[in-house]
Amino acid sequence: MARMKFLCDAERCIECNACVTACKNEHEVPWGVNRRRVVTINDGKPGERSISVACMHCSDAPCMAVCPVDCFYQSAEGVVLHNKDLCIGCGYCFYACPFGAPQFPQVGNFGSRGKMDKCTFCAGGPEEANSDTEFKKYGRNRLAEGKLPLCAEMCATKALLAGDGDQVANIYRERVVGRGFGSGAWGWGKAYPGSGS
Amino acid sequence: MKSTTDIAKSIRSVCMALIAVTVLAIGSIATPAAAQTTSPDVATEAQSTDLNTGFWSQIRKGATGNVSIPDKNAGVLIQSEGDTAYRAFRNGPLKLYSTYGLLAILFLLSLYFLLRGRIKIDHGRSGITMERFNGLERFAHWLMAGSFVILALSGLNMMFGRYVLMPVIGKETFAFITLWGKYLHNYLSFAFMLGVALAFILWVVHNFPNRHDLVWLLKGGGLFTKGSHPPAKKFNAGQKLLFWSVVILTISVSLSGIALMFPFETAFMAKTFAALNAIGFDLPTSVSAIQEQQLNQIWHAIVGVLFIIIILGHIYIGSVGMEGAFDAMGSGEVDTNWAREHHSLWVEEMEQKAKSAPAAGSASQPAE
Repeated sequence: MARMKFLCDAERCIECNACVTACKNEHEVPWGVNRRRVVTINDGKPGERSISVACMHCSDAPCMAVCPVDCFYQSAEGVVLHNKDLCIGCGYCFYACPFGAPQFPQVGNFGSRGKMDKCTFCAGGPEEANSDTEFKKYGRNRLAEGKLPLCAEMCATKALLAGDGDQVANIYRERVVGRGFGSGAWGWGKAYPGSGS
Repeated sequence: MKSTTDIAKSIRSVCMALIAVTVLAIGSIATPAAAQTTSPDVATEAQSTDLNTGFWSQIRKGATGNVSIPDKNAGVLIQSEGDTAYRAFRNGPLKLYSTYGLLAILFLLSLYFLLRGRIKIDHGRSGITMERFNGLERFAHWLMAGSFVILALSGLNMMFGRYVLMPVIGKETFAFITLWGKYLHNYLSFAFMLGVALAFILWVVHNFPNRHDLVWLLKGGGLFTKGSHPPAKKFNAGQKLLFWSVVILTISVSLSGIALMFPFETAFMAKTFAALNAIGFDLPTSVSAIQEQQLNQIWHAIVGVLFIIIILGHIYIGSVGMEGAFDAMGSGEVDTNWAREHHSLWVEEMEQKAKSAPAAGSASQPAE
């Protein structure tokens, strides 16, 4: 089975934030929750680069390792998902995550962070695929419909790639060859150590 | 740390592979094209094999960019400490040594009970009692004790429950219990702080060290010698050590707990490091908001486990470990023989007081 991965080509990202908007709209995420964000390094200076970042669905995910209630699970496609019925909103996954992916809706006064919310690679949650409950808790399950994550699908410059890790790597490699330079597959060393591609 | 080097190695191999592919491809195309593509390119340092100085290595080390969302902390692309420090320490040494510590105290207490048995009142019960702790003192104690037990259990559950309790009762039940444990932990922490504050006010005067404490400590409090009862006032040296431990640990555990309850709003670790650096330590001077949270969580757990270990000893000696000890906090009335054996100087003080105010006894019988 394909191992799903994200790759953001920093040479192509133009910081249009369409991926962020697409994600928010597709999953109807609440205010203050950002499953995806665009970070600009060297903003306004020579060598400025933008990178779209969300949960990278790490091979050996730190969030899964530190969760006190073991609410995470990794699908056969390598997508890191979680069960909001189990989540207690302790925030430890956020402390552990290298990419700042977990988000917590503010649901009241101190200590009452809501259930964690994060990028699902458009793969929903443990509920029945594309059921009402699944949509309300996790958003659309596009993978179950045979579609890829909307952020990457909507990317105008095709900077953001999502899908089978081998194919993503091949596309990126072809690009690097074609243009004669590249910037390295951003975040891959951290998220997918030893993947070799 | 092992994972960091592994990752660095794999990045290196990824880059080497990419460069190799690039070079081969360029070589196969006509030279003018190669001349074009190899013309100096602004700011892409990825072709550099020296990852320590490269642009991407800066990002790996936590370089911060700009984001258009309000949370400016989101400008950090990669914070490797979450994995290489926080997760590695929490799931590694922290869990391991906490387990050792807790098992060690349980083992030592069991061993002590087997060897020494219950410490009896040497002269037997006299049947006459005297007041040791009044209602307010006992209220303060049980406010602390009651909340501490729940805080300790819910805290241990956060660290060990996933491995100990969850396989037994199932994920759903465990998550439900842990969620309520979190609520109780958050709210009862204030009851606990209040209890400690009250106990501090009530007992601090009795807890300053005096010359008898040295004797008490040298004799090991009589814990290891039958019939040995070094003199003590209201509190002996052991109790004073417990008192000050509780005060200091409560302050420390409360500060880190507050940092966890109000995340990203405190800088306790940065301030502590600055203070320690002033007395010669060499600790990081800048601590990011997320590192504050990581360090506070780790510290909260360390202090919590230490606290539990100390209190287990206290619970032992106050219950099964010593005959007559529980009465002090139970009814507040202790047997005079117990009091004479364990707090001889305090009994003398009380007797002096009773003599100097002889009317007190009759005054306590109210004339309707």
